[in-house]
Amino acid sequence: MSFFTSANLEMAREIISRYPMPRSALIPLLHLAQEQHGWVTDEAMRQVADLCGVTPAEVKGTGSFYEMFKFHPVGSYLINVCTNISCMLVGGEELLEHAQQRLGVNTGATTPDGMFTLEEVECIAACTEAPCLQVNYRYRLRVSGDDFDQMVNDIAAGRADDLPRHGTLATVRQRIGLDRVAQIVAPEEAREAPVWLKRNDPTADRGAQDRVVS
Amino acid sequence: MATNRYVEHAPGYVDNEGPKIVTGRFGYADSYTLARFEATGGYEGLRAALAGRPADAHDVVRSATLLGRGGAGFPAGVKWGFLPPGKFPYYLVVNGDESEPGTYKDRLLMERDPHQLIEGCLITCYALGLSQCFLYVRGEMALAQERIAAALNEAYEAGYVGRNILDSDFSVDIVLTWGAGAYIVGEETALIESLEGNRGMPRLKPPYFPAAIGLYGQPTIVNNVETLANVGWLMVNGAEQYKNYGSEASPGTRMFAVSGHVRRPGVYEVEHGVTTFRELIYGDNFCQGIRNGRELKMFIPGGGSAPWFFEEHLDLPLEAGPVGAAGSMLGSGAIVVMNDSTDAVKAALRVVKFFARESCGKCTPCREGTTWEEQILERILNGAGRPSDIDLLLDIADNISPGPYPVAALAAEGLEAVPFPPKQTTICPLGPSSVAPIVSTIRRFRHEYEAKITRRDPIPVRAEVLA
Ligand SMILES: Cc1cc2nc3c(=O)[nH]c(=O)nc-3n(C[C@H](O)[C@H](O)[C@H](O)COP(=O)(O)O)c2cc1C
Ligand code: SF4
Ligand code: FES
Repeated sequence: MSFFTSANLEMAREIISRYPMPRSALIPLLHLAQEQHGWVTDEAMRQVADLCGVTPAEVKGTGSFYEMFKFHPVGSYLINVCTNISCMLVGGEELLEHAQQRLGVNTGATTPDGMFTLEEVECIAACTEAPCLQVNYRYRLRVSGDDFDQMVNDIAAGRADDLPRHGTLATVRQRIGLDRVAQIVAPEEAREAPVWLKRNDPTADRGAQDRVVS
Repeated sequence: MATNRYVEHAPGYVDNEGPKIVTGRFGYADSYTLARFEATGGYEGLRAALAGRPADAHDVVRSATLLGRGGAGFPAGVKWGFLPPGKFPYYLVVNGDESEPGTYKDRLLMERDPHQLIEGCLITCYALGLSQCFLYVRGEMALAQERIAAALNEAYEAGYVGRNILDSDFSVDIVLTWGAGAYIVGEETALIESLEGNRGMPRLKPPYFPAAIGLYGQPTIVNNVETLANVGWLMVNGAEQYKNYGSEASPGTRMFAVSGHVRRPGVYEVEHGVTTFRELIYGDNFCQGIRNGRELKMFIPGGGSAPWFFEEHLDLPLEAGPVGAAGSMLGSGAIVVMNDSTDAVKAALRVVKFFARESCGKCTPCREGTTWEEQILERILNGAGRPSDIDLLLDIADNISPGPYPVAALAAEGLEAVPFPPKQTTICPLGPSSVAPIVSTIRRFRHEYEAKITRRDPIPVRAEVLA
């Protein structure tokens, strides 16, 4: 039985086709699984393993290294408050404390209604706009306690249009039409010097022939 | 006083009216579209490169002395020359993993001008005969991913990327790929591991550059986003004009994010190597000084990994040489300014905590050492420090990064400086980076540590909250 819906399975195959080796699609496919289900299930990992040609243990072993993958359910809105140095200097820790009080949960926990999960994160590259946070990986900058309350109220009332469901990362996908793709092949099928290099430098291929291909 | 021309659609970016090489389009609300890019000279650099030989494009980058913007500041043209001849295929991997504390520039470049980056990638692939390009964007940066995906779709459609680009015999695919939250993946060999579908753990050196052995064991060029964003401009305007800006050793411009206790924090494009820290922090066109009339206590000159600087370093130019000689680095172009209300121990702890969290765990001195450092700093801050803790911290630091460190402190004491970067007992520089805030603050503010240990200090001290 397939974990991925048929549309997502097609998407998964398309993603794999962009890499010289299928295993390179492992992380993107885990994102796709998380987008479909909200978190990464065992069933999802088995299918990702199948598609990438590795074992389910390798998928878990790799996936568990990365913070964004959740192996248990999380709230519909993941709120990540930065407390790293630039944010800390202008109130990042106080913002996190405020968030805990407003949501009534500790860092790492989910509200009982399953709406919000609160996390403390490291620098999210908006340091000049501190203190800042992300909700489902969308930025909220120079956030005060009042801003935070307003934001939570808006989300609860369904007034946060720019926020996709948790797990959905990018809503725009790369598409490479078959008529435009140059050449995506395994390394052993691309041992020759590229044509434009050879045209300009006939010796570019030197060394390519005597290379031992194992 | 100059007005704050904070651009609404590019939050954080401040136009300081200086020369612009990479931020020139940020003022347009639609700067990320192909239409705007083409209307403002976009893909002219690609056309110029394609009109000449690949080696010519490489020569321009080499003679411009384009320095890498990812952290180490290695000249791109020289690194490109490390590709071993004939061992095809070669790959290009673009490092868009920006996660160094304080760093905010690559995200702006990816969100605001993705075509500029794509053009830089194309020219690089043409110049070096690279078969495929992977644009690795940090997992958390959803908008950057969307903008790059959209830009790539447009560029493929318009014939700038893919097969027979602009009807020439040059063909290359650019693939958007992304991570899932791990700072260490910014280290280039860890990034390659991640791109191969593995845990992002750095590889053992040598080889020191993936140009020898990289992605799938093939020669691979890894460059930072900002580095490549310069390449299109270079093709159109040439190395000579590039050298009209900046200093001889560091030509061109560079983006700096200045955050913390300044009046006008922001991302500025400034002339490389000539602007000083003082101008950037106090200048009217820049950050306009310390907020709320307070004094400067210390600043981080180059991101969380850099040893800290103080008042006496303000007149150094933003240039690798002098900053290195003074014992720190420009790193990723991130300056974090702290005023006199900042608790030195607390600030050091926060940066160390980051490294403890982000250590990949591959080597013991880093995995264990960063955690010990964090625990000891935490107990000092919480009033449970022991008299031996300061020496213990320095001892752990010495186990991760042996020898006198950092150079800045030595130089200040009239001692001979050892070369930067310091020695390390670890596979990558993450472990040694955790030492920087500890040694910087102990050497300068030992009395603050001692006061906490003997509990003569009201603890913990709170940072000044944004009004
Ligand atoms: C722990 C660690 C983290 C790094 N993070 C980044 C990063 O986020 N972005 C980046 O471009 N370079 C990062 N680097 C530097 C890269 O390893 C590499 O030097 C750089 O991408 C090369 O590009 P450049 O020559 O254009 O600067 C990091 C290095 C280390 C040791
Ligand atoms: S120094 Fe730390 S982050 Fe770097 S390889 Fe060793 S354990 Fe991993
Ligand atoms: S320190 Fe919070 S975004 Fe960089």
